[in-house]
Amino acid sequence: MAESRVVLHFPKDLLDQPVTSTAIRRYDLGFNILRADITQDQEGLMVLGLVGEPANIEGAIEWMREQGVRVQPLEQDVVRDDERCTDCGACIVVCPTGALAMDAATREVSFDAEQCVACGICVPVCPPRAMSISF
Amino acid sequence: MIPLPKSYDEINEKIRKGEVVVVTAEEMVDVVAELGPAGAAEKIDVVTTGTFGPMCSSGAFLNIGHSTPRMKITKAWLNDVPAYAGLAAVDLYIGATEVAEGDPLNRSHPGRFSYGGGHVIEDLVAGKDVRLRAEAYGTDCYPRRELDTWISIADLNEAYMLNPRNGYQNYNVAVNVYADRDIYTYMGVVKRDLGSANYCSAGQLSPLLNDPYYRTIGIGTRIFLGGAQGYVYWQGTQHDPTGGRNERGVPTGGSGTLATVGDLKQMNPRYVVGVSMLGYGVSLAVGLGTAIPVLDEEIAFQTGVSDADITAPIIDYSRNYGLNEGEPLGDVSYAALKTGSIEIEGRQVPTTPLSSYVRAKEIAEKLKEQVVAGEFLLTEPVAPLPSADSGQGFKPLKYRPVGEEGCE
Repeated sequence: MAESRVVLHFPKDLLDQPVTSTAIRRYDLGFNILRADITQDQEGLMVLGLVGEPANIEGAIEWMREQGVRVQPLEQDVVRDDERCTDCGACIVVCPTGALAMDAATREVSFDAEQCVACGICVPVCPPRAMSISF
Repeated sequence: MIPLPKSYDEINEKIRKGEVVVVTAEEMVDVVAELGPAGAAEKIDVVTTGTFGPMCSSGAFLNIGHSTPRMKITKAWLNDVPAYAGLAAVDLYIGATEVAEGDPLNRSHPGRFSYGGGHVIEDLVAGKDVRLRAEAYGTDCYPRRELDTWISIADLNEAYMLNPRNGYQNYNVAVNVYADRDIYTYMGVVKRDLGSANYCSAGQLSPLLNDPYYRTIGIGTRIFLGGAQGYVYWQGTQHDPTGGRNERGVPTGGSGTLATVGDLKQMNPRYVVGVSMLGYGVSLAVGLGTAIPVLDEEIAFQTGVSDADITAPIIDYSRNYGLNEGEPLGDVSYAALKTGSIEIEGRQVPTTPLSSYVRAKEIAEKLKEQVVAGEFLLTEPVAPLPSADSGQGFKPLKYRPVGEEGCE
């Protein structure tokens, strides 16, 4: 079993079709919705954790791509502008996964993209606005 | 070795000769612990401090030069942020917390406050072009009524930071006891149900915590301000030196503040950063540092202060702060705050800072290098700031409702 976190972009014409649930059933996967932002008449976006056999996850991603869904691995999504970050620490307490943390000795704020679920809470909280989501 | 007490002149002479011994306030903790105050005073000549955090009472005066035809500006906007123009013809003041016109503010709560005065100041320091729009009613000597132009700092006659209040000696720790949601404050997002404790001080590195009675800092003192050499021009607004102090003399609440001035043209955008506080507004993070002359054993002792010696009051910001009521939930040391979690009413509460210790330390290190290199000489205050014996306090507003005059 493996978990793979992906960002799915649905074009408008796919919004009324059960692409995700079909993929989940077809490839025998578990799933965890980390974020969903789907409004009528616009492109939809979903951050999903897919759980299952690696080959099946690959298959589901490939199948969704064939349906017209744009699939991105999650790590690319939340980025920090290291030049902009002042290491203040305002983000630490709002980060739900501990991806943003302060080193007790150096007082530097670290950002671990592996732990980040792209919830985006840190983006408007960061005072110098060093965090951004690029979907 | 200079016999104690040392004088400013003697220390400056050592700086000029390249013989001065300088440590940061963080390093001084260990020096004093090892040698004692007397030994530390003999060995160390200067202790440098630093702090970097949002300082709302900041701003800048700009003189934009006269246009042709001339104009007496009555209203002005810099990148759509209103600037104060109630001064001579082409003098403006841009305040750090002024929000860009048209910003939705908190209409969709929490507002994002993406751009304001603090950002304008940062953009100017970074050398970026800023759009100036201005209006006037026109006079015989100043006929022009409208102006729309790009300006940049190099073209301005004067551009200087003038901050009515910087460098709060100590500060509150904000918690959220009563709201059923996270609250959005100038102390950041304070999580519901005692979900966070937000603090904002460099603690043992902070300028005024290393000189709690303002013996070496006063009017005219040269400082590090935004990357340039600036000066203290007055006590800051809300200067409150007569509040509670611990047995070392370190204030247990906000206490002293500084009013500071410095040349914006010499500053570095690394230490002048526009910030947006979600649901609150815009501000400016300012880097500030001092070089404290170790004149005697007492100053050595005070600069040896550590995070364990400094406490801050824990204040509820969901109700008590706003309504000026209730009591602090207790006091907590910066050493405890820096562990990442503190205990309040028997519960473990995660802590989150607003002030960058990393950059505070960088400022103290930079100032140390400048003193060692002979680029930063020490100044004896021209006049002292009001201290603990001054009787100066911090008054609330005396509310006198209009229409009820004489109804005591």
